[in-house]
Amino acid sequence: MDAASPKRDAAQMPDNPCGSITAIPHDRSSVKLSTMTNPPYITLPTADTAALKVGGDWTLAHYGALLGQVDATRRSLADSLAADISELGSLDTAGASLLVELLGADRLNRLLPDAALSEERRALLQTVASAMQQTQQAPEQPTRSTYREFFGHIGEVVEGVWHKAVGLLGFVGMTLSAMLLILLSPRRWRLTSLASHLEQIGLNAVPIVALLTFLVGAVVAFLGATILTDFGATIYTVDLVAFSFLREFGVLLTAILMAGRTASAFTAQIGSMKANEEIDAIRTLGLNPMELLVLPRVFAMLIALPLLTFVAMVCGMVGGAVVCMLTLDISPAMFLYLLQENIPLNHFLVGMLKAPIFAFLIAVIGCLEGFKVTGSAQSVGERTTSSVVQSIFVVIVVDALAALFLMEMGW
Amino acid sequence: MNDEVIIQVRDLTNQFGPQVVHQHLDLDLYRGEVLGVVGGSGTGKSVLLRTIVGLREPNAGTVRVFGEDLLTLSTQRRSELERRFGVLYQRGALFSSLTVAENIALPLIEHAGLNRASAERLAKSKVALVGLPSLAGDKYPTELSGGMVKRAALARALALEPDILFLDEPTAGLDPIGAAAFDQLIRTLRDALGLSVFLVTHDLDTLYTLCDRVAVLSQKRVLVADRLEVVAATDDAWIRDYFHGPRGRAAEQASARIS
Repeated sequence: MDAASPKRDAAQMPDNPCGSITAIPHDRSSVKLSTMTNPPYITLPTADTAALKVGGDWTLAHYGALLGQVDATRRSLADSLAADISELGSLDTAGASLLVELLGADRLNRLLPDAALSEERRALLQTVASAMQQTQQAPEQPTRSTYREFFGHIGEVVEGVWHKAVGLLGFVGMTLSAMLLILLSPRRWRLTSLASHLEQIGLNAVPIVALLTFLVGAVVAFLGATILTDFGATIYTVDLVAFSFLREFGVLLTAILMAGRTASAFTAQIGSMKANEEIDAIRTLGLNPMELLVLPRVFAMLIALPLLTFVAMVCGMVGGAVVCMLTLDISPAMFLYLLQENIPLNHFLVGMLKAPIFAFLIAVIGCLEGFKVTGSAQSVGERTTSSVVQSIFVVIVVDALAALFLMEMGW
Repeated sequence: MNDEVIIQVRDLTNQFGPQVVHQHLDLDLYRGEVLGVVGGSGTGKSVLLRTIVGLREPNAGTVRVFGEDLLTLSTQRRSELERRFGVLYQRGALFSSLTVAENIALPLIEHAGLNRASAERLAKSKVALVGLPSLAGDKYPTELSGGMVKRAALARALALEPDILFLDEPTAGLDPIGAAAFDQLIRTLRDALGLSVFLVTHDLDTLYTLCDRVAVLSQKRVLVADRLEVVAATDDAWIRDYFHGPRGRAAEQASARIS
């Protein structure tokens, strides 16, 4: 404390040319980065003076202008050349680092003891010089050929896809085994967490699922009505809507909505916990993140998605029925009668059977991507995108495979 | 001592719901001084810092920086003033999607009008100045240790050559050698550039080696703000425990040995 006082007094003496102090203006108009009108200069040695002369304000405001000058001068500078820095105006750390670049740390260190500088400024230059000296020898990055880089990148991506697939399968296995274990001991069921997730991903999603499927149902019915009129078979619009919604659209639309709405939420939740070291804390507290975080989400999804699928099927067919009533004069009673007559139950079962499979895949992908977050805001974003894309991709691929299989089996 | 006040806090009240953090709080920061702000956990040190830099609107009272009330200024004028602040947040607050060098270069490109190449070159020298190895410049914040994040954040705070430096627990999480180097660096910069420093800290060594004045936050206000000897001699239970507890005594003896 006391040791600092003499320095402080010196720093505040009016004749001290410490630039930044006087740079703080009193009038409103002059609060800018460049408050100085004393441009910096570098003068090469002439016949009169044998030394390189440096003066003016070496501050951030002049950094851009000085940079080129410094680079040009430095190349033509002999090692033994002396320098005169007594005419320096104000100096900040940006200027100091440029000065060190121009003169080199060694020359500056030789120069400093005899230079007409205030104690504080000498300390600043010394600090900057020694800091830059330590890091001057940064190794050059080896440059690689474009071809190598190109093929290397392809290799990296392919390897990444492979690792991703293996990782997903491994995580599916872990989840399944954890599920089996926990089913045996009801005391470890996390009912509160399950209920809260059910509300978020199930109940809160009902309006959007209902509205979207209603609209798609209406659109499908319109298409059917327009095309089937040519064949005089408008009555089959009912079959079209029912078939498509029971077998495919109900479950597929719901799954895609859930992938966008819930898989992303799972990833972001678990990802920000990961970034905040909360997952590590769970582990070191002797708890299992699988049991605490993943299973309630998977179970909630397994319950919510089939229920929402049912809502989707009903709403889609209601949408179709409304269009049938308005444009084809098929009354709702007629619609229901045709539904009962023409559509066997197995179509409904096929649709509902796919729901838990999609639910499991979406939940697992959402959670797994969350665990892959590495801590930056960027990585949370990347993982969330990846979880949505992956889960939609997987859902559609599995659905296509299932459609082929079921068609061949004649179910 | 230079008696020009550059931050003036008057009659400040801050509250979160029913919980009053500050009430009738007065505080001055003089040009060129290092003001250490201490207080128990939860006495609102960080809240005070956030209020002064304009991140939080106080419930009552005024904060004048360079004689102007930040909250009543136009956006442009306020931005001009804010460029003269360098703030080091408790956990660094480096932008995690940018490398360290890009973090430092960002304000230089945006406000100092440098092009990317010169900004990154200057950023490299700042990285060196705060004692980071040069390779750290190309790393992302998540790849750095806690202490390195602090240093990188200081480099960013210093990027625009600020007049006032706000430091929120700068030496917390640094090893003693790193903390001493940090103190030394702040001191060199203060002496050479005439920085004013608003320093929130729990580190008694920093208080003894660096601070010109110490302000004690207690009972919702600034209990006392004066030179360290005066503060330490104040008759208050908390201050006695703080400065004359085992750690306080050790730090005092250490600083006495140095000087």
